[in-house]
Amino acid sequence: MVHWSAEEKQLISSVWGKVNVEECGAEALARLLIVYPWTQRFFSNFGNLSSPTAIIGNPKVRAHGKKVLTSFGEAVKNLDNIKGTYSKLSELHCEKLHVDPENFRLLGDILVIVLASHFGRDFTPSCQFAWQKLVGVVAHALARRYH
Amino acid sequence: MVLSGADKNNVKGVFSKIGGQAEDYGAETLERMFATYPQTKTYFPHFDLGKGSAQVKGHGKKVAAALVEAANNIDDIAGALSKLSDLHAQKLRVDPVNFKLLGQCFLVVVASRNPQLLTPEVHASLDKFLCAVGTVLTAKYR
Repeated sequence: MVHWSAEEKQLISSVWGKVNVEECGAEALARLLIVYPWTQRFFSNFGNLSSPTAIIGNPKVRAHGKKVLTSFGEAVKNLDNIKGTYSKLSELHCEKLHVDPENFRLLGDILVIVLASHFGRDFTPSCQFAWQKLVGVVAHALARRYH
Repeated sequence: MVLSGADKNNVKGVFSKIGGQAEDYGAETLERMFATYPQTKTYFPHFDLGKGSAQVKGHGKKVAAALVEAANNIDDIAGALSKLSDLHAQKLRVDPVNFKLLGQCFLVVVASRNPQLLTPEVHASLDKFLCAVGTVLTAKYR
């Protein structure tokens, strides 16, 4: 089980409380598809992903980004049981979708960058530490079915 | 991985916009790296890594200068960073994984200080550039 200090929990929830899940989720997923174009292979039924502009404006990308970040909210609410929280999603991503676990790490890193861009100087190094730890734990939980 | 013409312009644009603040960006990048990835401190046992450390600031300045040099010679990063590449291979032997960690922190600094600058396209170009720099610095490891 992952240990979270009181400070880490506070940093995570105070940032999360101010996150616009729809906007940040859409942006994070769009950036994943733009910065790491090979990830587009998992979204062949999303329609037009032919350019950064197309990706950013793609309604399926926006909707799925919102879905992904909403699910992150479950991790934030259940920091002491992220493994359990992601059990079904891990099954889905590993056994059905066959997503390379490295991609979970890439999305996590991009989410941290998106948060930094929204929160500016408030996204302190301590904040970054807590959030990089969180995205790492989520990535690990999602990849569990591969282990 | 190849830097396109557009990538090169995007990268040059970033460093031109950052301008004289590059040193601050470098210092904050290191500060974030030590805070976020404590294992990176292993390469600096001789440094005071406390907040506001003059040594971290000084080293951040060097790191930033190297990135600026690479951006200014973006058509030949290997040539521009050749001496640094030797240094990292023969003396420092920084584990290659750490360049990704430094790169992530640099992107976070740019995002937090200058979010309008880091559009998705610029983000992609800068990420590729930072990967290229890491590749050059570890090219002579074996």
